[in-house]
Amino acid sequence: MSELKFTEDHEWIRLEDDGTATVGITDYAQEQLGDVVYVELPEVGRELGKDDEVAVVESVKAAGEIKMPLSGTVLSINESLEDEPETVNADPEGNGWFMTISVNNPEEVDTLMDDSAYNEFLGGL
Amino acid sequence: MINNNTDKPSQLKKTPLYDLHCEQGARMVPFAGYEMPVSYPLGIKQEHLHCRTQAGLFDISHMGQIRLQGKQAVSVLESLIPSKISDLQTGQQKYSVLSNDRGGILDDIMVTNMGDHLLLVVNAACKHEDVEYLQSMMRDMSNEDCQLEFLQDKALMALQGPAAASVLEEFSPETARLHFMQGGAFNIRDIPCVINRCGYTGEDGFEISIPVGRAEDLARLLLKNDKVRMIGLGARDTLRLEAGFCLYGHDIGPETSPVEAAIEWIIADKTNKSSCPGAEIIWQQLASGVTRRRVGLMMQGKVPLREGMDVLDDSGQLAGCITSGGFSPTLGKPIAMAYIKSEFANTGSQLQVNIRNKNYQVETVALPFVKHRYHRSN
Repeated sequence: MSELKFTEDHEWIRLEDDGTATVGITDYAQEQLGDVVYVELPEVGRELGKDDEVAVVESVKAAGEIKMPLSGTVLSINESLEDEPETVNADPEGNGWFMTISVNNPEEVDTLMDDSAYNEFLGGL
Repeated sequence: MINNNTDKPSQLKKTPLYDLHCEQGARMVPFAGYEMPVSYPLGIKQEHLHCRTQAGLFDISHMGQIRLQGKQAVSVLESLIPSKISDLQTGQQKYSVLSNDRGGILDDIMVTNMGDHLLLVVNAACKHEDVEYLQSMMRDMSNEDCQLEFLQDKALMALQGPAAASVLEEFSPETARLHFMQGGAFNIRDIPCVINRCGYTGEDGFEISIPVGRAEDLARLLLKNDKVRMIGLGARDTLRLEAGFCLYGHDIGPETSPVEAAIEWIIADKTNKSSCPGAEIIWQQLASGVTRRRVGLMMQGKVPLREGMDVLDDSGQLAGCITSGGFSPTLGKPIAMAYIKSEFANTGSQLQVNIRNKNYQVETVALPFVKHRYHRSN
């Protein structure tokens, strides 16, 4: 299991040993959104390009779109978020994961930030 | 993913409780020209539930407070609203609207008869226009004895929730005599206040007008009681939505009449037309009905209903539009208010809302979503 990578849209990506990736939103993102009340996840098997809209997360106040951090196919979704969307607030980088995807263009991984780059990015907001 | 508001903080005004908000860890956002707390570390959902179970303290100092004084203050105001003020006794409060000549709403207002003057509380975003409008109308009625004072030296806070009365009585026992929609001058310790038993949450509670220089003292005093927590604008919005109250600029505005907004109960005498702007249209609507009405919407499922979403009938034709929507922390499900064609405005109509290319079944329901719990007389 590798360290987390990040996008400027506040998603985290964990590259797994089997070549797939797990995707969720960062602690910063859940804090900005506030109490999450609904997560709309994609159908398994959907193939999407990098930056395509793939999911929606809604808090009491706001709705946010989740973009594909990398080109790939949706392999699985975190179905428990349907009944317990608040897990995204409680454990955003663990049990609050959104989906797993295949990594179709491994070179796109280079466009993602590592932990220190993401922290620097947050510092500049 | 997250929209950051680009208004420059330097152009925004601060309320007298600004330092307290920051100290409490509030997330500050631009609202009606002010830097206001949208939420505190507790979060909107828990703040909301705290207010429903204990007591919430809201800074609403951005709202406008206007004093109308003089022999004709009552008749001047009464000529601008569809409600009667002349029957409002000293110490009584009333909700009404400033109407425009199309029967629409310039602002919704609270009016208290303070004995020797009227005290108006108006919306933050409308307050400067309201003052200008009232002054211009008074100039047109130049022989009338009526003076206006814009009370910019007063802060306003709301204490709301089932514990609000016991908390306030601890510092000002005399407030126990107030019932819902009553108000007057009181001291809280040595601080002179005007207190009205009213609010925007559906709970029992008070709105407290206080000199700007003493606002922070009062807030800190009230916060000493463990039952009291600061509540931000985020929860203020979800609380008022559950209570079925209109938010100006969303659920009511210049293009909606009091009858369409389903607040025609503000019109005491439905047979005798008032002389307010647009009275012809408003009383015509009272007599022969309207083509659309504000109603509540509820749905199964958890997708939040949001402002701006279209509401469709069974054949996919437009039946109305959502003007306020969100997630109800009390009910644990989405709720919304919408203007719906009158033929569907009765309780129990089955309609659809299209969210991201998927149709969801919604049902029209009576307002409020959560029962009001006021301290009424008898």
